[in-house]
Amino acid sequence: MSDIKDYIQSEVTNNDVVLFMKGTPVFPQCGFSGQLVQILSHLGVAFKGVNVLESDDLRQGIKDYSDWPTVPQLYVKGEFVGGCDIVSEMFELGELRDYLSEQGISFAN
Amino acid sequence: MAMSEVELKTLIKTALPDAEIEITDLRGDGDHYAARVISEQFIGKSRVQQHKMVYDAIKGGMGDALHALALQTGTPT
Repeated sequence: MSDIKDYIQSEVTNNDVVLFMKGTPVFPQCGFSGQLVQILSHLGVAFKGVNVLESDDLRQGIKDYSDWPTVPQLYVKGEFVGGCDIVSEMFELGELRDYLSEQGISFAN
Repeated sequence: MAMSEVELKTLIKTALPDAEIEITDLRGDGDHYAARVISEQFIGKSRVQQHKMVYDAIKGGMGDALHALALQTGTPT
């Protein structure tokens, strides 16, 4: 289990924007994950998608890591930002752009 | 396994007695809900912290008894 924690830690440390999701950015396998892929793509943010369906340890491990019960989970600069509801709400209110700018994340749109 | 609207509301109300709670059963199957929860206890808390308080209130229900809960939290205006 601690291997999984180390793996998650290194993913969120080595990548500015990481989305733990069901499926892949090209082929999301869950509507909520797909919604966040769409938002990030719409903003033109470069992100790494990690498919939690590839391993049961990872699927459980990411929930333990953030103490958050659901997937998707978005991380920016190592910080857990939120799941589908929170990130969607931030996007709709225009807060997501501000947040990304504050974190020094570049995006196209 | 599903959870009734009343059960869900009771769990949230027990943890956050002052909360104003609106629940919508999205598919009428007792398994996909949307909830809007307004409470003074959310003041000064981040959205992540606010949602965690609601998840804690419904205990292990999230992702287990409940397949989906679209959550919106806020503070009284």
